Amino acid sequence: MADVTLQNLIKTFDTVEAVRGIDLRIPNNEFVVLVGPSGCGKSTVLRMVAGLEEVTSGDIRIGDTRVNDVPPKDRNIAMVFQNYALYPHMTVAQNMSFGLRLRKVAKSEIRDKVQRAADILGIAELLDRRPRELSGGQRQRVAMGRAIVRDPEVFLFDEPLSNLDAKLRGQMRIEIQRLHQQLRTTTIYVTHDQVEAMTLADRVVVMNAGRIEQAGIPDEVYHRPRTRFVAGFMGSPAMNFLDCQLTEENGRTVARLAAGPALPLPAEQAARVRSYTGRKLVAGLRPENIREAASHDGTNSSGVPHDISIDIVEPLGRETIVYFRLGDATLCARVGTEVHPRAGEQTSLVFHPDRLHLIDPETDLVL
Amino acid sequence: MTAIPFATAPSLRSNRRWALIAAYACLGIFVIFFLFPPYYMLVTSLKTNAEIAELASNPWIVTDGVTFGHYEHLLTESSFPRFFLNTTIVTVIVVAITMVISVLAAYSLARLRFWGSGVLATGVFLTYLVPDTLLFIPLFKIVGWLGLLDTYWSLILVYPTLTVPFCTWIMIGYFGSIPRELDEAALIDGANHLQMLLKVFIPVALPGLIAATIFAFTVSWANFLYPLAYIYSESEMVLTVGTVTTLIKGDVFHWGGLMAGALLAAAPPVILYAFLMDYYIAGLTSGATKG
Repeated sequence: MADVTLQNLIKTFDTVEAVRGIDLRIPNNEFVVLVGPSGCGKSTVLRMVAGLEEVTSGDIRIGDTRVNDVPPKDRNIAMVFQNYALYPHMTVAQNMSFGLRLRKVAKSEIRDKVQRAADILGIAELLDRRPRELSGGQRQRVAMGRAIVRDPEVFLFDEPLSNLDAKLRGQMRIEIQRLHQQLRTTTIYVTHDQVEAMTLADRVVVMNAGRIEQAGIPDEVYHRPRTRFVAGFMGSPAMNFLDCQLTEENGRTVARLAAGPALPLPAEQAARVRSYTGRKLVAGLRPENIREAASHDGTNSSGVPHDISIDIVEPLGRETIVYFRLGDATLCARVGTEVHPRAGEQTSLVFHPDRLHLIDPETDLVL
Repeated sequence: MTAIPFATAPSLRSNRRWALIAAYACLGIFVIFFLFPPYYMLVTSLKTNAEIAELASNPWIVTDGVTFGHYEHLLTESSFPRFFLNTTIVTVIVVAITMVISVLAAYSLARLRFWGSGVLATGVFLTYLVPDTLLFIPLFKIVGWLGLLDTYWSLILVYPTLTVPFCTWIMIGYFGSIPRELDEAALIDGANHLQMLLKVFIPVALPGLIAATIFAFTVSWANFLYPLAYIYSESEMVLTVGTVTTLIKGDVFHWGGLMAGALLAAAPPVILYAFLMDYYIAGLTSGATKG
């Protein structure tokens, strides 16, 4: 097991800069998830750590060794690929043991390791099958088994669940989490799915356009995003953004939403943003912070009600997503199941200013 | 299909039946057309010389009694077994040379990124397009200069110029269709290039490999032009030219023996195809879509 350190990592393909200076230290045992939209450079970073892409500049260290020029097989890593990359002509046991056989590990030891990994992953009865006789989830388990038997210092996962259907993805997420709790191997996991990022990570690293936007524990990234990109990327449905102006009214700092209510800011936030008074800003408010008027849980005490006309309703069972227009913007709110909103209906929703994110449109930084 | 009134337009089901009937009819014509020559060869090879020469006899069936005399003569009293042996030696060696060269070449052209690899891959294919009828004259010079004229070793030298480009091309297509993640997984598992080729690429691309083998086999088994041009002694001859030159004496055609010889010569490729047909088709089509 080892730390992984990335120092000013840059990767250029011909003229395209895919990775533009990544600095990241991943301590031993940590599960780090790199998340971001397609083309943000997350997979490239992972492939550089694996040794599948050359580093244009910067350093990669695994433990105390600089591995920039170390071939993949000597980096003591194991990787799980999106499309599993199982050897189609080998049985499950052969797939898992291929790396060990190449390293001339003793047969009895190979057998033990494969058996142990198969037991951990619940695929012991599949050892004699070939990949084409397995379901997607089983294949992904075999791919993980192949990584486990090597007993590597670092696990690399490249979007391992994106080929699975939603239900299976949920199950495998739990399996991966259990696996990490059991093995405690340093893990770098790449995904574009923010649910995977939130649920799996000890630390989420949000990437955009080849750079790290924010790195932190899932809670922090979700509740205290540093940039507009992170605020908009994490969370589903996505955060609502709309223009607002900061004004002083009756001695309180108020965010006046375009065509919407004026939200008085909590004292602590008001103190932070006072210097922006009079400026045009962007307000970010998550759907769960716009609720129905008559909520039973009493969280509405501090909210500001506002009349709106419902555009679209998406009932999800345990909650309902309501889309409505405010000026030019379409906003989204989460309401409880006790209210039954209908499209076209006029109703009052309550905006909760205590979770309001104010963004400077010039820098896109959350204030 | 003839016009059908709209009101009684056929259901999908009867449509399908008509399509099947049409398909079987076409296939039936095709089969008759292509099976006619071998059938004619078989019938002729089983007739006595007298019946073959009799103009009034029915050419489609044996009427005067079946004889295996032509086969017997061919196998015991002619050089046919020698031709068969020579052909087998040439074919086996050529197939081996071809597969070694083209698998290595295809692997490097498909996977090792180096300067000019794309141009080289196309170049390999273009050499295949040069017809043998143009090549055999300059190659004659080379073969003569090497002192290989009138030995079957000349064929072993020359046939790979026909087989290697095409087989390389098939294998490039096949190797190219193997997902890159598979190499990367093998790389991380610790395989070097040779291990990757032997333990991953060749087993995965086995259908393509078999298709290429069959092609090389067929070319070296059935080539007529080169042995005709380079080989003159009966002891060095191969089946194609040997059968024809020894069984046609001046203007006397030993039809029975010729047909028997042709049938026996065609047997090995037919047997090979029959066993490997499924692999052959899988290999060709996969190469086709990817090439």
